[in-house]
Amino acid sequence: MSYGAATHHDDHQEHPTGIMRWLTTTNHKDIGTMYLTFSLTMFMIGGAMIMAVRAELFQPGLQLMRPEFYNQLIGVHALIMIFAALMPAATGFANWMLPLQIGAPDMALPRLNNWGFWLLPPAAILLTLPFTLALFGIGDGAIATGWTFYAPLSVQGGIGVDFAIFAVHILGISSVMGSINIIVTIFNMRAPGMTMMKLPLFAWGWLITAFLLIATIPVLAGAVTMLLTDRHFGTHFFDAAGGGDPIMFQHLFWFFGHPEVYILLLPVWGFIPQILSTFARKPIYGYKAQVYSLCLIGILSVVVWAHHFFTAGMPVPALLYFMYSTMAISLPLAVLFYCWIATIWKGSMTFETPMLFAVGWIILFGIGGLTGLVLADVAADAQYHHTYFVVAHFHYTLFAGGIMGIMAGVYYWLPKMTGHMYNERLGKVHFWLTAISFNLTFIPQFFLGLAGMPRRIPDYALQFAEFNMISSIAAFALGLAQVLFVYNIITCVRGGKKATDKVWEGSNGLEWTLPSPPPYHTFNEQPVIK
Amino acid sequence: MVMQLIKKIRGCITLILAVLMFAPLIAHADYSWNFPKPATPMALDTLQVHNKFMIIVMVIFVVVLGIMIYSIVMHRKSKNHPAGTFTGPTTRSQIIWTLVPFVILLYIDFILMGIPAYHSVVAMEDTKTGAEMVIKITGSQWRWQYEYMDGDAKGISFVSNLITPQDQIDNKATKNKEYLLEVDNPLVLPTGKKVRVLLTSTDVIHNWWVPAFGAARDAVPGFLRETWLKIDEPGTFRGQCKELCGKGHGFMPAVVVAKNEDDFKQWAVAKKQEIAAAGAGADKTWTQAELIANGKAVYEKNCVACHQVTGMGLPPTFPALAGSKIATGPIFDADGKLIKDGHLDRVFNGKGVMPAWKSILNDTEIASVITYERNSFGNHVGDMLQPAQVKALR
Ligand code: HEM
Ligand SMILES: [Cu+2]
Repeated sequence: MSYGAATHHDDHQEHPTGIMRWLTTTNHKDIGTMYLTFSLTMFMIGGAMIMAVRAELFQPGLQLMRPEFYNQLIGVHALIMIFAALMPAATGFANWMLPLQIGAPDMALPRLNNWGFWLLPPAAILLTLPFTLALFGIGDGAIATGWTFYAPLSVQGGIGVDFAIFAVHILGISSVMGSINIIVTIFNMRAPGMTMMKLPLFAWGWLITAFLLIATIPVLAGAVTMLLTDRHFGTHFFDAAGGGDPIMFQHLFWFFGHPEVYILLLPVWGFIPQILSTFARKPIYGYKAQVYSLCLIGILSVVVWAHHFFTAGMPVPALLYFMYSTMAISLPLAVLFYCWIATIWKGSMTFETPMLFAVGWIILFGIGGLTGLVLADVAADAQYHHTYFVVAHFHYTLFAGGIMGIMAGVYYWLPKMTGHMYNERLGKVHFWLTAISFNLTFIPQFFLGLAGMPRRIPDYALQFAEFNMISSIAAFALGLAQVLFVYNIITCVRGGKKATDKVWEGSNGLEWTLPSPPPYHTFNEQPVIK
Repeated sequence: MVMQLIKKIRGCITLILAVLMFAPLIAHADYSWNFPKPATPMALDTLQVHNKFMIIVMVIFVVVLGIMIYSIVMHRKSKNHPAGTFTGPTTRSQIIWTLVPFVILLYIDFILMGIPAYHSVVAMEDTKTGAEMVIKITGSQWRWQYEYMDGDAKGISFVSNLITPQDQIDNKATKNKEYLLEVDNPLVLPTGKKVRVLLTSTDVIHNWWVPAFGAARDAVPGFLRETWLKIDEPGTFRGQCKELCGKGHGFMPAVVVAKNEDDFKQWAVAKKQEIAAAGAGADKTWTQAELIANGKAVYEKNCVACHQVTGMGLPPTFPALAGSKIATGPIFDADGKLIKDGHLDRVFNGKGVMPAWKSILNDTEIASVITYERNSFGNHVGDMLQPAQVKALR
């Protein structure tokens, strides 16, 4: 073993090459790369599906597909975007960056890590296979219940539901494994001097996400297992005729489902302040306040679930409780917004692509948050619920707040990961196209929802025609813009201007002390944080 | 066609520009941007709450965005703005100024929004006080059934189906003005009366929603849910199912016609007569041709969504009737008793996804549709079922 400088260290083991390298790798960077590649691939697939949906909605009438197929596309689009695009992207960053940021040589449980990743592709195949099977006359296609699996519709559904149940099980196992790994890594593998209150916010965000996953995934697993036995073994968990209750499914689902939206966002809330601080050349504002807010949001997120089905019928005290507790989330969230803005306030800002995405992210995610505050009102929610207003709201949180945040992270860390600078011009064009077409896609959907267009319908009344057409045209532009993103990443991986170690003038944190790209094994000598 | 499309696209671009220019005014602009004109006290309350919230959140948004834009413009490196080093509020006055936004937010959340919201919720859930009439709405894939439980219209019950022709949905014919929002039998209600609405479902969860009423409530199979309406003015109000309920979810409109007290009474009398007349056919003997012709109409209204025009169904969820054992098998056993899981039993009582039609269709309709099914789609059973036989088994 040599204890030379980590930077010029030759690998001291033989690595398998080619496909075996990737199948058997336990290296956190390899695994991170695989997660990110998988995520990008699935993002494009989920996007392609919804482009077909937007094409169908371009005009009233059914032109491209039958309603059955439409329902399958929206449900699988959502499952893919949530479980196969957004979550793996965050896990990919965790794998790549957490060890670098906390000064650890690797993740704590490398073999588990390998498994965590390799469970994903089979799950993605399970989700989409029923489409293909249907082409050969087997079954009637993929899950057509929306991503929420509501019973009894899901009890009634075809084999697509069973495939989706197993996919969710596998994805859940993968997430729990990843979470255990992250918790163990953060608790045990920090470099000397890296106390919990010096931990980068990204690590904090992920720590809370990991706890939420471990707390809620088993509930989802239980719910879909009960669904499976209702479907095939004559149990009646969700059937009133046998003493069950369909609404119980909604309680179980959203006990997972609501924390899930924070699971998707907390890692992003973690690294965005780092990006803001880098490009404002100013330290993060209110670090402690942010840590406490993240924790508080984590706790609140598991006690507000029923605001997703106010119209299902609940006693008044329950309605009031879920309304006020939901409103309460706005407080810690406001603390975060305050700190984000205060971080750039009086900085010395430059606007490279990551910064553009980060600033745009604050604004757009802000719209998602504010519309969420309105949705908390039970009486008004009767009107908003299950309309396009909600579709627009959650795309402001999940697309803007999730995916666009991830994009900021990609541009921020790509030079570190690949050792090359991406094409800055192209990155900026990608940002502006994305931001503009995103708004033009989803602002009309707010109006559609208010005017009374329900979601999950393949065809609509004539009064909704104009806004839908705008939304579709913009959605195609949004989809096309992502091709630039993929192109930019590919060219950056293959070559380009050499990136310096520090990459950004204002960057600070352990990962920027390493060469770009960092060597295969980092920190053979533990760094000490003063 | 192309010209029309171009025109529409041009219209859309104008609209985009309008949206960009007038975005802040939208909460108050005309109704196609916002909730429809309210027709009940509840909808009015909801609209007011909504408008108020929209203004509050827009003000918050504009203020915060303003601060950010100021910072983005002023605090940049290209303007040689020096980078600050602070990481939190330090002086006493800074700390106080930091707390101010949160106090404002607390006030907005729990006082400005929270208190009116409390009253709205209580009013919304009070379905019983002063209720003068009760109706029951049952959702089924994919139609609504309405039953009047008391008052002048007591005993009236009917099914309400979408009547937009398939040709229009498939873009083979010009679309009606009320495309997808038109039904054969709208729910008729009196104005000025508080109507307690009970909801349930026979299969999956539906949600009965008419935007102008501000009331939306799930129809849950096996349970009763409730809400209420008090319609101010006569008129026609249109809405849709808004809980994903399968492939027909987009084709399940809820249409209500509100009439003043007298007109409502007249309607109730006429409707009762109409139902009685339809039931009267049960006593006459029908020819097979009559039954088949009538049955075709019943089939196209109620059965095609699942079993398809061709009778081929959509297996495995929706079985084919063509060549089906049940639809070509015997209806009665040797003693003249109903065969369990036979054709009539299945139509009467349903099974799994198949609804029970006993309480939805009258004797003539059931007899006709069964006769039709046994002698169509390549089925040649050749027999027929008389309405009187159906009536005898009720
Ligand atoms: C190109 C960008 C996207 C477009 C144009 C888009 C558009 C849509 C549309 C039109 C629907 C169907 C609404 C309905 O019929 O009810 C939908 C559903 C949904 N989308 Fe997206 N989407 C995009 C990206 C995303 C992303 C990135 C996420 C999450 C990470 C996401 C999450 C969802 C969810 C959760 C649903 C609900 C599906 C359901 O009803 O079960 N979408 N999207
Ligand atoms: Cu429905």
